[in-house]
Amino acid sequence: MTTNQTVTVGTMESSDIMITLKPNASGIKIDLESNVKKQFGAHITALITEVLQKLDIQNIAVEAVDKGALDCTIKARTIAAAYRLQGKTDYDWEALNSWND
Amino acid sequence: MERLRRTMMFVPGANPAMLRDAVLYGADSVMFDLEDAVSLKEKDTARVLVYSALKTFDYSSVETVVRVNALDAGGDQDIEAMVLGGINVIRLPKTETAQDIVDVDAVITKVEKKYGIPVGTTNMMAAIESAEGVLNARDIAKASPRMIGIALGAEDYVTSQKTRRYPDGAELSFARNYILHSARAAGIAAIDTVYSDVDNEEGLRHETELIKQLGFDGKSVINPRQIPVINGIYAPTAKEVQKAQEVMAGIREAEAKGSGVIAVNGQMVDKPIVERAERVLALAKATNMEVD
Repeated sequence: MTTNQTVTVGTMESSDIMITLKPNASGIKIDLESNVKKQFGAHITALITEVLQKLDIQNIAVEAVDKGALDCTIKARTIAAAYRLQGKTDYDWEALNSWND
Repeated sequence: MERLRRTMMFVPGANPAMLRDAVLYGADSVMFDLEDAVSLKEKDTARVLVYSALKTFDYSSVETVVRVNALDAGGDQDIEAMVLGGINVIRLPKTETAQDIVDVDAVITKVEKKYGIPVGTTNMMAAIESAEGVLNARDIAKASPRMIGIALGAEDYVTSQKTRRYPDGAELSFARNYILHSARAAGIAAIDTVYSDVDNEEGLRHETELIKQLGFDGKSVINPRQIPVINGIYAPTAKEVQKAQEVMAGIREAEAKGSGVIAVNGQMVDKPIVERAERVLALAKATNMEVD
């Protein structure tokens, strides 16, 4: 899916991550700011990419400002951002829950 | 043995750090809040955050409760996500009638069936926050076999009564006693309202002593600092523990001999005394007191 919208989800509080999604000409591009980037940068980027791909989000620029978020928070914030981007309010919980299998 | 619910801590659903740390403070139950603690525009993000937390963190040492939104305000989505996440209890706010509970029960049943979860796995509780709700508390408490408790929400209640909260709690006397009786008649828990003045420990002590004396299972709490105060007040004294142990030893001895009514230290011991002794010992264990 491609879009012209920009959406932001999350906060700058400790243990959270702020995810902004903007249109991108081609592919998924992630710009990550995190004070644990050296150790976890690749992991966080891979996790955001994985969630976006599962939700069929393509051609998107991601600005992620991480404040020490755990994986479950990164995942939750990315899912919420992707749904907002698509203008969907009814979540497909069945599909989301199958990710845990 | 019935679960202890001395303290039920509110955890804002939109706060990742608090979702992670909720289990650390010693509350018997943690209550993730998707309702008043979450602004209207963040309902979607809080819901997925709490779902994700439930799937990730080990909350097994506490009871997990979620305060959902009303069914016409996203409550059905809250319920689907939380039941899938494995929540123990769905708490309905501002419950006015038994029908409110029946309606939420139906949504939970639908979700449980959809995902192959045994029907009845998810428990329910109701917060009662208005005159109408208080007067219907008896029916509300018995409205579903899922019900495990009813709680007083005093801030909305006192406003509906055209008063405010006072230190002696006289304005809550009827609601507390009626909710307590309704809960006991239905065989479920009664949870008292929050004490909002977090810096007033003396006030919290006074209020907790009052509701413990009435018979409430415990209180809702809004700050982790309130937990040790309330749990401490619910802790039995060493003398109470000793007496309870003597009662239980007497019962075991009587059972071994096949005798019925017994006396311990000259006092007749019957069913209510045994039940009280069991509760004292459960509270003692929860407070890390030594129990044989």
